[in-house]
Amino acid sequence: MKAGKLSDALKKGAIWGFILLELIFFSVAGQFLSLSDSAFMDLDNMLLLLKQSAPIGIIAIGMTIVMINGNIDLSVGATFAIAAIVLLDSMTWPIFAGLGDWVIPVSWLLALTVGTLLGALNGLIVWKTGVDAFIVTLGAMLGYRGMVFMFNGENPTSHLNWTLVDFAEAQLLGIHTPTWFLLGVTLAIWFVMTRTVHGRNAYAIGDNREAAVNAGIRVGPHMMINFAIIGFLAALSAVVFYSESGSVNPNDGQLYELWVITAVVLGGTKITGGAGSVIGTFGGVIAIQLLRKGLGHIGADTSTVNLVIGLILIAVLILDRQLNIRGKEELKL
Amino acid sequence: MATLTKQQIGSILAKQGILIAFALFMIAFALGNPKFLTVDNLFSVVRSSAILGVMALGVTFVVISGNLDLSVGSMMSFSTIVVLDLHDKIGPFLAIPAMFLMTLALGGLIGFLVGYLKLNSLIVTLGMLSAIHGLTLTYSGGQNMDIADKEGTWFSVFGQGTALGIPVPILIFAGLAALLGLVLAKTPFGRKVYAVGGNGTAATFSGIRRARTVFTCYLMSAGCVATAGLIQASRSLGSQNTVGQGLELEVLAAVILGGASLLGGSGTVFKTVIGVLILGFIQNGLLLIGLQFYVQFVVTWVIIILAVWLDVAAKRGKLWSPIA
Amino acid sequence: MTDPILRLEGIVKTFPGVRALDNVSLSVLPGEVHALMGENGAGKSTLMKVLGGLHQPDGGGIYMGRDRIVMSGPLEAKANGIVFIHQELSLAEELSVAENIYLGELPRKSFGRVDWSRLAEQTNAILKKLNVGFDARTLVGDLSIANQQMVEIARALTVDAKAVIFDEPTASLTDAEKVVLFDVIADLKADGVGIIYISHRMEEIFKITDRITVLRDGEYQGTVETANADEESVTQMMIGRKLDLSRNASHHELGDVAIEVRGLSCGGLYQEIDFEIYRGEVVGFYGLVGAGRTEIAETLFGLRDPSAGKILLDGQEVRIHSPADAIARGISLVPEDRKGQGLVLGMNCRDNMTLPQVDDLKAGPFVAEGAEIAIFDLYRDRLDIRTPGWKQKVGNLSGGNQQKIVIGKWLSMHPNVLIVDEPTRGIDVGSKSEIHNLLRGLAAQGYAVMVISSEMPEVLHVSDRIVAMYSGRIMRTFTSDEVTEDSLIQAISGLGDHRAA
Repeated sequence: MKAGKLSDALKKGAIWGFILLELIFFSVAGQFLSLSDSAFMDLDNMLLLLKQSAPIGIIAIGMTIVMINGNIDLSVGATFAIAAIVLLDSMTWPIFAGLGDWVIPVSWLLALTVGTLLGALNGLIVWKTGVDAFIVTLGAMLGYRGMVFMFNGENPTSHLNWTLVDFAEAQLLGIHTPTWFLLGVTLAIWFVMTRTVHGRNAYAIGDNREAAVNAGIRVGPHMMINFAIIGFLAALSAVVFYSESGSVNPNDGQLYELWVITAVVLGGTKITGGAGSVIGTFGGVIAIQLLRKGLGHIGADTSTVNLVIGLILIAVLILDRQLNIRGKEELKL
Repeated sequence: MATLTKQQIGSILAKQGILIAFALFMIAFALGNPKFLTVDNLFSVVRSSAILGVMALGVTFVVISGNLDLSVGSMMSFSTIVVLDLHDKIGPFLAIPAMFLMTLALGGLIGFLVGYLKLNSLIVTLGMLSAIHGLTLTYSGGQNMDIADKEGTWFSVFGQGTALGIPVPILIFAGLAALLGLVLAKTPFGRKVYAVGGNGTAATFSGIRRARTVFTCYLMSAGCVATAGLIQASRSLGSQNTVGQGLELEVLAAVILGGASLLGGSGTVFKTVIGVLILGFIQNGLLLIGLQFYVQFVVTWVIIILAVWLDVAAKRGKLWSPIA
Repeated sequence: MTDPILRLEGIVKTFPGVRALDNVSLSVLPGEVHALMGENGAGKSTLMKVLGGLHQPDGGGIYMGRDRIVMSGPLEAKANGIVFIHQELSLAEELSVAENIYLGELPRKSFGRVDWSRLAEQTNAILKKLNVGFDARTLVGDLSIANQQMVEIARALTVDAKAVIFDEPTASLTDAEKVVLFDVIADLKADGVGIIYISHRMEEIFKITDRITVLRDGEYQGTVETANADEESVTQMMIGRKLDLSRNASHHELGDVAIEVRGLSCGGLYQEIDFEIYRGEVVGFYGLVGAGRTEIAETLFGLRDPSAGKILLDGQEVRIHSPADAIARGISLVPEDRKGQGLVLGMNCRDNMTLPQVDDLKAGPFVAEGAEIAIFDLYRDRLDIRTPGWKQKVGNLSGGNQQKIVIGKWLSMHPNVLIVDEPTRGIDVGSKSEIHNLLRGLAAQGYAVMVISSEMPEVLHVSDRIVAMYSGRIMRTFTSDEVTEDSLIQAISGLGDHRAA
């Protein structure tokens, strides 16, 4: 029992230890290797890092609850792109012409609604057909991406609203708007998962679905709500990101699902469901972004980042397995 | 007994449903555009499906053994870039086996991690997707890779040549499909793949070396990926680093469309070929009736979900899921 | 005469290939503890699944008081005040004790929040009653199996239960915990709750129950007042006269020692195991679940590494690293969990049967299907396997026929040592006696057979010698002449343990 607790503690703290290690490594290595004069641990640099974590981070928080629930969502990248297009396109619609800057909340709301509905649609299909979430959202990944292209073909959709850009680039207490959103989402979903009946039931379903069913928990609606939440968060991520950039390519958001899942798994959420935490995912997101920035800081290019992240993901998996092996008495299967 | 016969009818429908759907599509497209059913068009569809198809053959083995492979797309980019690079450095005769060896080494690594270390295949291959992508970029220095003398090399034969009037990619795809179809359906190894995917514990209790079987499946998948990379490189004689990006999910879609269960233990090479062809013909048919390529994404979405739904519904004997 | 609080009337349930329940009735009075007994596979768990709404019956009805109710699912059962205490723990390990006890009905505050203070208060009140050493906030995953069982039991006390079903609740409890459990049952009883108590342990049945209903092969055998019954009559009802359970002693000559085990240990699972099996002999291993019998079999079959000791086959010491190793050395294992370990349910009968030798049955590079079919036909006839043909998926066969496929699979390998773990678990009486005869017949042909069974009549019936195990150790080895039921029970309960003392 003691060993189990030790490995549990190790696992829970691991992501933060890893972040610490990264900070030390890049600060020290940066002294020798960096081309720029600025220190890695510079406050502005760290604030920028948080801001850059936001788009993936917000979606990863959503993925955490879906995975804790025992499902997965591969369609988040496409949902992200659709929401972005709805946001930017709707601001130019003639019916909203008279609204002035009031079009902003309307467009936001539209984009968020579309995201939520697309997520809920996935959830509804998983619930009603009983087809595995992996397959349903794999299909949706293609289907939703097709819808993205239907808007504007292969052309980018652009619209810059300067009020919106100002808002997105604003810093409150030194912290960027996207970071505020990431923090707010993390806190809100942390609350949902640890404090509400819905959140606790989601854990129970992912942990032991049969037990949950036997206890009379209605599995379907819980799953659908969680899919709706991740759809909403994918849209929110798009809304935050594209308010600033103002232009979306139809291929935007591709491979986001992979980045997001990587962050969630690094953060300690079990791929089979039932265990994991929103805070851990937050750590996972930061760890990945630190790695990207840090490797950039010491002069490595994107290729190295991809290589390193992939290898770290596998290393974490091996480590996790070693910690969970019960020794020689285990059945050799 | 009434429920049993209903189930049987359902299972027949589920088994043949994909073929019926395929036939209906072909008829609909043929009626929509007379060009659709010409030999030229059919060849062009199969040829353009060949790369996806060859990869899907290997992934079929992995999926039947109860695992996933999300790394085939970036692995295919890797093989393409490597063979193009080596072509000019050491000549095509050596470049091709060298590229195969390197790709097989990657497949072997995945097979080791999933088979012998028993790690979750979804995450391992997700990590490998990223890692191999990085490897490819590092190898190429981020540059596109081109063969210097595009006119003078016989290397183009794999992607552009024809034999007996049939494009070589089609011959490779068909030949490999026939070979792997036999391996899966008729050899002891194929039987073991089904057993390991159907019930890994029972397979172990029957003396089957599960880890070795899974390892071999990933090796075969890597071999197929290398072949696909060869066709791709030979067809274009130049390539970007990201040529295979996103293909992993299309490949998986084709395999699932063919009726393989993600839980393992079911699926056939023949059905995967049908799955690949359906995707190819949908794309082609929609283009011919004047729709943009992206419409096929939406159509594919609907078809995948309907196909799998039909399958699970037949197995449980009920259309709607019993989830409360 | 009070009316029953819960009544199951004429329940019929058919699965493809099996009639699991045939006109079964059971009624529970308020304040009554009603034992439901029967051998494994008699239909107890199917009946309880019907009651819980997890299976829909093909005939008959469920009544609460005078109202007929349709159990559409667990929610319906719960709404009617029926609570299940499962034997297979249905707990979420990552959640706290309190959350598990109130799974599905966490107390709420505004905004869908969990009312933690109320939850902890209610839970601790229950835990206090159960006198357990953990509190509401402990993670269930950190508890021992016995304590997890107590959490499961605590669920019975949360709702306003009308009927509580205990399914083998004492399987993992210590004596002290059993006392607490029986107190809980007494309290429920005093409150007028009807209790269905499923157990194999006669001693408990006679201590706490009022009436006993017995099922056999899915058929209702009758209900008796516990006060008017004794162990023998109940056993008689459970087993019936159909099954020949006379003692067996070898009438044929024994051959050489086929397998010899000396000082074999595996960590905390079993220690210092010594035994040998001769050709032509059936050795039964008897003991409680968890006594280490299955683990020994798994070690002999290469699925576990022993920490000490040696295994000798035909006098030669061997190391067995994997099942493939074991098979190559002529050891076969018919495993305990037929569906999980023995068969690939989605594969057809033939492919399952030839699975271990598929590498050897080759015609060129391909599997020689003709040879496979020949093997299948041979063992189908020899073992009288009833299936429409080899193409039939194994998952569609009845339990008995499935077990025969597994046995056929190993007989076709012509093993030197055949290990059979729980040979007749969950199969009907007809198939049972066929399998018993088969095992005896194999011994007569010169096979060395190791049978692990938790059913005493079975062990007594098939074995030439019986090894009694308790808590990872061999207590005593009996010959079939000297063994008595009493001495056997004493040996497997750790009583009369001379060595441990």
